[in-house]
Amino acid sequence: MTQVLEVRDLDTRIDAGAHIVRPLDGVTLDIAAGETFAIVGESGCGKSMTALSIMRLLPESAWIERGAVRQDGRELLALPEYEMREVRGRRIGMIFQEPATSLNPVMTCGAQIIEVLERHRIAAGAAARARALDWLRRVGIPDPEARLDDYPFQLSGGMKQRVMIALALCSEPQLLIADEPTTALDVTIQAQILDLLAELQRANGMAILLITHDLGVVARMAHRVALMYAGEIIEIGTRESFFDRPLHPYAARLFAALPGRAHRGTPLVTIGGMVPALTGPFAGCRFAGRCDVALPHCSEEPPPWHPGPRGAAVHRARCHLLAGGAQAPVPAPVRAPAVPERAPATDPLLEVSGLKVHFPIRRGLFRRVVGHVRAVDGVSFSIGAGRTLALVGESGCGKTTVGKGLLQLIAPSAGAIRFAGRDLAGASRRAVRAARASMQIIFQDPFASLNPRMRVGDIIAEGMASFGLGGDAAGRDARAAALLAQVGLEPAARMRYPHEFSGGQRQRIAIARALAVDPRLIVCDEPTSALDVSVQAQILNLLAELQRSRGVAMLFITHNLAVVEHLADDIAVMYLGRIVESGRADEVLARPRHPYTQALLAAVPRIDAAPAAPADRRLLADPPSPAHPPAGCHFRARCPHARAQCATDYPAAVQVSPSHRVHCILAA
Amino acid sequence: MSFMPVLLWTDLLLFALIGACLVYARHAARHAHLAAPWLRVRASPTGMAAATVLLAFLGIGVLDSLHFRAALEAKPGSAAPPRYAVEVRSVLDLLAEAVLGRMAGKSEKTYSAPLATHGYARENVEKKLADGRVVQVREHPRLVAGGAHLADPARDRAADVALHAGRGVALGFVIWLALALALLAAAAARRGGGLGDAWRAAWQGAGATPWRAILLTLLVLCVAGGLIATLGSRYHLLGTDKVGQDVLYQALKSVRTALVIGTLTTLVMLPLGVLLGIAAGYFGGWIDDLIQYLYTTLNSIPGVLLIAAAVLMMQVTIDANPDWFSTAAERADFRLLALCFILGMMSWTGLCRLMRGETLKLRELEYVQAARAFGVSRLAIIVRHILPNVMHLVIISAVMDFSGMVLTEAVLSYVGVGVDPSMSSFGSMINAARLEMSREPMVWWSLAAAFVFMLSLVLAANLFADTVRDAFDPRLSSAGRRRGRAAGEAA
Repeated sequence: MTQVLEVRDLDTRIDAGAHIVRPLDGVTLDIAAGETFAIVGESGCGKSMTALSIMRLLPESAWIERGAVRQDGRELLALPEYEMREVRGRRIGMIFQEPATSLNPVMTCGAQIIEVLERHRIAAGAAARARALDWLRRVGIPDPEARLDDYPFQLSGGMKQRVMIALALCSEPQLLIADEPTTALDVTIQAQILDLLAELQRANGMAILLITHDLGVVARMAHRVALMYAGEIIEIGTRESFFDRPLHPYAARLFAALPGRAHRGTPLVTIGGMVPALTGPFAGCRFAGRCDVALPHCSEEPPPWHPGPRGAAVHRARCHLLAGGAQAPVPAPVRAPAVPERAPATDPLLEVSGLKVHFPIRRGLFRRVVGHVRAVDGVSFSIGAGRTLALVGESGCGKTTVGKGLLQLIAPSAGAIRFAGRDLAGASRRAVRAARASMQIIFQDPFASLNPRMRVGDIIAEGMASFGLGGDAAGRDARAAALLAQVGLEPAARMRYPHEFSGGQRQRIAIARALAVDPRLIVCDEPTSALDVSVQAQILNLLAELQRSRGVAMLFITHNLAVVEHLADDIAVMYLGRIVESGRADEVLARPRHPYTQALLAAVPRIDAAPAAPADRRLLADPPSPAHPPAGCHFRARCPHARAQCATDYPAAVQVSPSHRVHCILAA
Repeated sequence: MSFMPVLLWTDLLLFALIGACLVYARHAARHAHLAAPWLRVRASPTGMAAATVLLAFLGIGVLDSLHFRAALEAKPGSAAPPRYAVEVRSVLDLLAEAVLGRMAGKSEKTYSAPLATHGYARENVEKKLADGRVVQVREHPRLVAGGAHLADPARDRAADVALHAGRGVALGFVIWLALALALLAAAAARRGGGLGDAWRAAWQGAGATPWRAILLTLLVLCVAGGLIATLGSRYHLLGTDKVGQDVLYQALKSVRTALVIGTLTTLVMLPLGVLLGIAAGYFGGWIDDLIQYLYTTLNSIPGVLLIAAAVLMMQVTIDANPDWFSTAAERADFRLLALCFILGMMSWTGLCRLMRGETLKLRELEYVQAARAFGVSRLAIIVRHILPNVMHLVIISAVMDFSGMVLTEAVLSYVGVGVDPSMSSFGSMINAARLEMSREPMVWWSLAAAFVFMLSLVLAANLFADTVRDAFDPRLSSAGRRRGRAAGEAA
């Protein structure tokens, strides 16, 4: 096979002011024509830097110290900038993570594609337009003639990413660099985009350099996989071999840290410590400090490449443990868990019935209300004390609004919220304030949820002071110290500022803040989706442990079904402001009855399953707008089993079992 | 000599502002996250050179703000309480008298060119001839103070000027050397190193503080000071104006006016802009509508027109109540203060809009939502969560507005609605230059002096503001940009 791209000993440096950071240190890789090569790793390991270095699109404070990047035998690092512009787009295409910001908002989609075609002298005028149209069709955009003259804001996120792919591929590059192409997308859209990339690859024979943190995406897409850690590739292998038996201890622990059905009720394997600072040269193995099977010389000698059982060409890793053909180390067994003391389904702590949150749409001179965005449209559920209800759904389905409506951060339009026997919706401000002490929230983004100008101790004490808990300032301070210890941080951390902590540590602080007022219910709004796999495992373990010891009920709002499988007692699936299916976790996960739940579960990329068959084309349609929900069943436009009856009435609830309800006529 | 200290309103506010800055500096020094951007400012050679120039101007302004009334000579032996002169003077006046000698204040009859010994315009002079006859001749009269020590100006002037210029440079250099050694010794003492090492490190550009840039700027300032001390006490270094006043002295007195306008206006503007902006952004609804309406309306009235109207109304009030003020200086000061107030009332809109936008963004952030979930009161959320997170924008805009205000004062004084005519200001100097530039031969030095002084003040303020903005913007690190440029050149 011919190599499309060869990277040799690439070293990139960033001037961070106080010191020089080495995000890439001796990266070497080859990509053959027509193959998908995946670089996987946790944030900060240098995977995006690799892509930017290859494209020579580094930020101003970064530069390439040494190394070689050869594309079709041409040394890219030696090219003058004007020739490099010819390479970018023409020879190597690139798509980015965020489709919302990678298209120019003031140019139509067609004009952006035509610009690329004309820039690279592939086609001009009417021919270019015809070609742009053809590309929109090839990336699966419905009604491409009309979309050609649409502006990016008129398209949904998935459609924008399709346009972005058309833009990157219209000049038929030999290599496509896809930097987290589906991270910002929902799981069903992600499945479509991945299928599309695989399909286009088969048709065009281009190579793909796929950069992702998601092992599931890698398992679905890649031919070969490189695992990066701390600026270095530590393992390279074919997909089969890599997922079958990872060689490096880091890879093995990453796999074990993935939540899922297999580890239900048991703590996940976590990787202690943190990624080392990349400010200086390393004496030995970069992972040695966090490795529980490290040998004495691991931190002194850099490990050489060792082949796996089937030879270096198939699979190799940098680890001293593999010396002399030794077997790969297995992760230490997880401490045998106590029998999971799931709280029995008792009287519900929280009962929500018919909750509605409508946002008015105002138009015209007098700001008249012309309609409503029905973000939450009649949601009912209940949570028992000490239990976990997972609210699952794709972005825009209203699940976060449910959480905020519960805490009265957004005023609900209608419905009843009974918390511990008291009615909250429409209650007086004083009553709401009293209830807030027993209901708390943990947010998604640990960087936005802590005030950067306050000390950690003050952040944790704020709620206590507001509710008059914990006695005087000294008492609150002592309590803050105890809480920090409980979430696994040094009590001295309360004198420091949030920016001194990593994402996982910040999420621990946010958890300590929520616990400070002794809540009986915590709303967890995607608490781990901004975190790396190994850190996510720590936070999930912590939440499970706190639930066991304190008996807190949790409303776990997430789009990540693997996390749901790991910890939920009950599941409610939301689509377009309504719950379409709810029940005990084992019922819903094992026997999903609603086509939407089935589609969601099928779309999750898994490392232990064979690549799924391409999703049904009908799922391709965008979710309808909550401002104009379709008549009848909301899901019918995307449903493979839709019937005539679905178009007229919203399906009534069907009780599949005493705890399992589905809104679908198929289940009747 | 006994004296009575006089604390004018603007003095009080200026000192209060300096005090507030010092308190903030102490506070920032104790908090790492507040000190970090200022440490980046300290590391910038341009910023520190600009800060040195600004400090020199600030020093002049502070000296000129220490006002007093000198005691009149009492009859010996009289027990009556001492009486004080009506004229309010400042420490700068005393210093100028000591250094410039006869040159300070109004010493000539009318225009004279820089370093001149004779007047600029011919006059009818009665001359006694050798035979005792008195004839009227029309010639350039000898100046009263400028170059008065020369016996034969035509012969001695050039040599004398060169001699004293040389002495001035030497004096400046000596002062600079003393200052530089004192500064470096203080820095070395704090770090605990030797003076020799500190001196070498300073010139090699090592260390966190760009001493080389600071010392070079200081050298220029010291040499200028030395020239003023030697040449300025014998000649009118920058000439005299229409009424014979030394232009250099006038320019030095104008520095305080510019500083007061630049800083006190900000003091009026900040609370309005910050409070209204945050209120509009955080509360939304009708409060937002009202505040937006207010600043949109205010913005759509031509600024100069509104200011002129307010200043004229205020002038009428001052004229109608002469008993409010015991001295002319107090009256002029009141007008200056009122001008700051009026300017401040007109210029808060930009900051208000900025604050509103930032607050709209911040109020949706999750830590504000978390505080709401804790039932924290709205005022506490604003004070604890919003205000500290917009402070960096307030600092940036305050520093950047300073130079704009100095320029606005010049424009207003030029239009004739600026400071009191008895108060020196760059605007008044430029206003006078309008006529001077059109006469023949042209009088250029008044305008040139105002131009040079204002340019150095505003340029220093702008360069400093740029550094501050960069330091507070985490995306730009100057080291990174330097490196990027070097790499680009290499490639």
